[in-house]
Amino acid sequence: MKNRVKRNHWYEGITEAIQMYIPGNKVYRTIQARRARTGTLFILPLIIGFLLFMVRPLYLSFIMSLSKVVVVEGTMSRFNISLNILGKNLIVPFGNYNYAFVSDPDFNKLLVDEIGRMAINTIATLVMSFVIAVILNQNFKGRTVCRIIFFLPVILSSGVLPGIEKQNAYFNLMTSISDAVEKSSGVDLSRSLQNLLSVSGVAQEVFDVIFKMIDSIYDIVMASGIQIIVFLTGLQSISPSLYEAAEVEGCSAWESFWKITFPMVSPLLLVNCIYTIIDFFMKNDNTVMEHINTLMYGTQMDFGAASAESWIYFGVALVFIGISTFIITRAVKSYE
Amino acid sequence: MSKNNTVFIGESKSFRERNRRSNGYLLKHTAGQITISIVRALLMFGLCFMIIQPLITRFSVSLMAAEDIYDSTIRLLPRNVTLDNYRIVAELTSMPQSMINTAWISLVMSLCQIVSTTLVAYGFARFEFPLKKFWFACVVVLIIIPPQTIQTALFMSFTHFDILGIFKATTGSDINLRSSLIPYTAMCLTCMGLKDGLYIYMLRQYFRSVPVSLEEAAYVDGCGTMHTFLKIMLPDAVPTIASCFLFSFVWQWTDLFYTRNFISGYKIYSRELSNITSIMGKYFARNATENVTVPLGRQMQLIGIGVFICCVPLIILYAFTQKTFVQSLAMTGSKE
Repeated sequence: MKNRVKRNHWYEGITEAIQMYIPGNKVYRTIQARRARTGTLFILPLIIGFLLFMVRPLYLSFIMSLSKVVVVEGTMSRFNISLNILGKNLIVPFGNYNYAFVSDPDFNKLLVDEIGRMAINTIATLVMSFVIAVILNQNFKGRTVCRIIFFLPVILSSGVLPGIEKQNAYFNLMTSISDAVEKSSGVDLSRSLQNLLSVSGVAQEVFDVIFKMIDSIYDIVMASGIQIIVFLTGLQSISPSLYEAAEVEGCSAWESFWKITFPMVSPLLLVNCIYTIIDFFMKNDNTVMEHINTLMYGTQMDFGAASAESWIYFGVALVFIGISTFIITRAVKSYE
Repeated sequence: MSKNNTVFIGESKSFRERNRRSNGYLLKHTAGQITISIVRALLMFGLCFMIIQPLITRFSVSLMAAEDIYDSTIRLLPRNVTLDNYRIVAELTSMPQSMINTAWISLVMSLCQIVSTTLVAYGFARFEFPLKKFWFACVVVLIIIPPQTIQTALFMSFTHFDILGIFKATTGSDINLRSSLIPYTAMCLTCMGLKDGLYIYMLRQYFRSVPVSLEEAAYVDGCGTMHTFLKIMLPDAVPTIASCFLFSFVWQWTDLFYTRNFISGYKIYSRELSNITSIMGKYFARNATENVTVPLGRQMQLIGIGVFICCVPLIILYAFTQKTFVQSLAMTGSKE
């Protein structure tokens, strides 16, 4: 299917593409055209859905991000500001974006914080879920029970459930009290370990990060339900005969882990990494999301600024997904 | 079988003797195995306990009578065991009806989602067609865009539903589809439902990993595209599809966002659960005339029961399905 005819003009590709769908010409009868039509039929639901339900809302939200929206009066007008670009004063409708980056007191800080937490959490979640999946894939007593229990986070951290208790004022009170009690009286094991290790002169920052991870291990396990299952299905699909052959050739378990298990599951690493990043960005208790929501539905009702901030947020998420895809596909390729 | 005189290593000999024969390898091996299983057991126990501890607490608290909650001598085991709380929560969430609605709506929606996403994923994995990159970018947008961004616009378009002004022209008014199931079913059928982008991505990743030679063989033997898809690709994909179905069912079950916005005409458990605090006040006000504000501990207890009830069917479902879907995966692996 790769042997395309060399094109002389840029528009020939487009005409060819259109001809694929119109009967009665030479291109229509080719096998490529037939495959293309079948493929288009297969993804037709997506095309219809996207055009019907996605385009207009996306367009509206983009327009809103460029305008000053007054909800009470129901008016919308361009939010213009003049910017100095390359020595010229240009009038651009980026007032809301300007607000998000310059005037909004919290947005920048929250965004940077979230990105930092996201980076650490993603790595921790991936490692954690991979280790757990490898363990769950081994044969031991009570494996079924363990698998069921490790599925619980998928349920417990989905939809209405995590929010319902957090929104309760009493719950917040309780957690703050228990935190305070723990800090004042209880022995904070990781804290004392941390002191011990940092006294002995090992790099402070590294340990800070690691101990932060250990402290938030509950959150990490709660966030890694899906990833464990995805890794587990990947591990299950590795043929046992591969391990047998490796063992016959004298591979140790350690070697066959790195030479068989890891390369075989590494494609799933990408899926999981992307999922983790998105899950982290979209979580309801994410501070940036909260900020956007209060901006939109709080007292300010500033739809314009909220839309602009969510577009910025969307862009940032996209950039991070791009970066991680790039890194992981490179790393995975080196194994093949 | 008759035994011959040859003595194999490890047959009817003491451990010490066998160890001597293997030059100490056996002892090393056994010790290693035992250490690994102890470490594994500790790790699994700790993590599992961490996950189910909140559920256990919730369960024991749920059995407590109102006076037990404030008794500081009672920690885990209730003194006055009562099932009355369950009755109250069931009434608060209009139980049998809301649960039945949740069950069949989740089932129908996740079936719609899985059918459409499987088709689209196969289209993306195997066919070359014009604008393929663009449509896949749309899938990525679907995954990444927070539904909150497009919520308002979608909401409006369903309240005043119209296709190109046809209804307004014929009947004189647009239709309010907000309380019916139609818009959400349409969204699920066209891959715009809850987390549909993710399912497309996961299934596409799976279909891409299946060797093309399988399909080519089918084509050579005279199979049509649809036939090949149904007879060759689908049977192997069943475990992956099943896990996607399970995810979508679980997320649909606990989802609040879509149910609140698009299926407000039906009593859905998750929505009832999110309103439980406000209903609680009314409920207790009706029964006992003087006390309207429900004490916070009691509130927490009832909410905990609500969450518990929400999880139990899903846990049971997973307990039954996990064996089939995880083990059938192992079978697909041994084919190649």
